Amino acid sequence: MHAQVQPFDEIKPGRVVRLYTPPATISGKLWNWRYLILRRVTQLGILAMFFGTARYGWEVAGRPLLSGNLSASEFLGIIPMADPFAVLQQLLTLHVLDKEVLIGAAIVLGFYALIAGRTFCAWVCPVNLVTDAAGWLSAKLRVPDFCSLSRNVRYWFLALALLLSALTGIAAFEWVSPISMLHREIVFGIGLGLTAIAGIFLLDLLVVKHGWCGHLCPLGAFYSLVGRIAQLRVRFDDNSCTRCAECVRVCPEPKVLDFKLAAENGLVVSGECTNCARCIPICPENSLSFDFRPLIKQHNLNALQQARRPA
Amino acid sequence: MEKKRRDFLLKSAQGAALAACGGLIWTHLLRQEASAAALALRPPGALPENDFAAQCIKCGQCANACPYDTLKMATAGSSMPVGTPYFEPRKVPCYMCPDIPCVPPCPTGALTKSLKDINKARMGLAVIDEENCLSWLGLRCEVCYRVCPVKGKAITVENHPRKISKHAMFVPLVHAEHCTGCGLCEQACPTQEAAIRIINPKLVQGKIGDHYRLGWKREDPITQDFAATPPPAQSDSQKSAPKTAPGMDVLNQGVDY
Repeated sequence: MHAQVQPFDEIKPGRVVRLYTPPATISGKLWNWRYLILRRVTQLGILAMFFGTARYGWEVAGRPLLSGNLSASEFLGIIPMADPFAVLQQLLTLHVLDKEVLIGAAIVLGFYALIAGRTFCAWVCPVNLVTDAAGWLSAKLRVPDFCSLSRNVRYWFLALALLLSALTGIAAFEWVSPISMLHREIVFGIGLGLTAIAGIFLLDLLVVKHGWCGHLCPLGAFYSLVGRIAQLRVRFDDNSCTRCAECVRVCPEPKVLDFKLAAENGLVVSGECTNCARCIPICPENSLSFDFRPLIKQHNLNALQQARRPA
Repeated sequence: MEKKRRDFLLKSAQGAALAACGGLIWTHLLRQEASAAALALRPPGALPENDFAAQCIKCGQCANACPYDTLKMATAGSSMPVGTPYFEPRKVPCYMCPDIPCVPPCPTGALTKSLKDINKARMGLAVIDEENCLSWLGLRCEVCYRVCPVKGKAITVENHPRKISKHAMFVPLVHAEHCTGCGLCEQACPTQEAAIRIINPKLVQGKIGDHYRLGWKREDPITQDFAATPPPAQSDSQKSAPKTAPGMDVLNQGVDY
C-alpha cells in the first residue's frame, strides 16, 4: 500500500479524476452543507447560551445555564470550564489560582487534547464567523494575497505571549486578545473591541488569506499543539482518492492535507487541522470522513486486507 | 556549508529582532492598559490591584451574579483595563448584599472568598469636595449621611461652628476606617456633579507613618521611649541610637557636625 503512494500532482494510473460538482437539488445542497450548518449552530448556540444567561438570566432547574464567557464559565452552576491557554498565562505570572479555574481548564484541555483536537477554532470560536466570512468574500472577489506570511508566526506569538506573561505579571494575550474582546462584547456589551475584529476581517480579506486564524492567532497555535494526539480525526481513504485536490482548495489549513502523510497514516495527521469538515462533503470520491483513531486503524487494516486479496 | 550556517544565523537574528520589536510594542500596550486600573472601582473582595490584574480571567461571572447590574465588564477602548469588572457608583452603586453573591462565582480567586462580612469590603473611599458640598457651603443637606449603609460610622455629620452672627454648619465627614466604598453617597449626592465620590484610596489617602506620635491619644507616656540610656560609644552610635524611638534619625541623634 505504501509503495503505491503517488506524489501530490500525479494522477493515479487507471483512475478517472472527477472534480466536485455541486448538487442540483436543494436537499443535496443542504446535505453537502451539513457540517457547515452544524458548525454555525454550535458557534451561535454557545454564544446564545452565554448571552441569554448574562442578559436574561436563563436558567435550567433554577441554575444559571452557562454563566461567564469563553475565558471561564460555569455550566448549570456545576461544571466549571476555563480557557487553558489563559490559565497557563496566569500561572506564569506566578499567582496561585483557585482550584475551580484549574479544574475548569483541565476539563477543557482534556476535551480538546484527548477527544476533539483543534475543534475549538472551527466550532466554538466566534472569530471564526468573521474570518470565514472574510475568506468566503476573498474567494468570491478573487483577492490576491498582498504579502506572504509564514504560518509558523503563530507559534512565535504563542511563545511571546507566555514569555511576556512571565515578565509583565499579567496574562499577556488575554489583555489584547481580539477573541476575548469580541466574545465579551457580544455577551456583556459592545465597545471598541469590534474595531479589532474589523481589523481581522480586513486582514483576512485584503492582506493575507486566513491571516488571523491560520497565521497569527496564538490560541489556534496552542490548540494545534494540544490537539496532536486527539482521537477525532479526518479519515483518509487512499484507495478511493484520485488526488483531485478539491479538498486542498477549500481547506483553510491546506498544509494539513499532505497526501503522503495522510496515505501513510490513513488520516489527517497534523494538529493544525481544525476539524472544520469543509473537505468531507466536497470530496467527489467520499475519501474523507470523520472518525476516531481506533476505528480508523481498523478501517485501514480492512482496506489493506482487501487490497492484498487477489482479484 | 559556510553559507548555510550564515543564512541560519541571519534568519535567527532576524526572527529574534522581530520578536523583540513585537514584544516591546506588546509590553507597552499591556502597561498602558494596566495603568488605567487606578480609576477602576473593583467588586467587593478584590485582591490588591496588581494581583487582581493578574488573576482576573475576565469571565464576567461576578457581573452575572450581581442582582443590581452594578458590575460592568470594561470594553476595549474604555478608560478601564479591558475586560475587567468595575462599577460606576454615580450610575449604579454597590448595594452591599449581605450574602455577597458576586464573590463566590469568581473561579480564580481574584475576588477572595475570605470576605464574609460585606462591611469589611473596601472597594474605594468616599471623598468630599468641600468647595461644592451643599452642607459645607452652609445648606442643610446631609443626603450622603442618610443613605450611607454604614451610617454613623463611615459618614458622620459634625457641627462646624463659624463666626458669631453666622449660623452653624452641619458637615459630613468620611471615616476611612469604616467606609466600604459602596458609592450610595455618590449616587445620591444632589449636586449637578457629585460632590462626594468614590476613589481608589491610593489616589487620595495619606499615611502619617510611624515617626509621628499623637501623644494625646496614647495611654502610655510618650516619654518612655526616651528613658535615659547610657550615651553610646562614639564607634557604634549609628547602631544603637535610633532603635528605641521610631522617628529618630540623623536630625535628632545628637550628631555633631
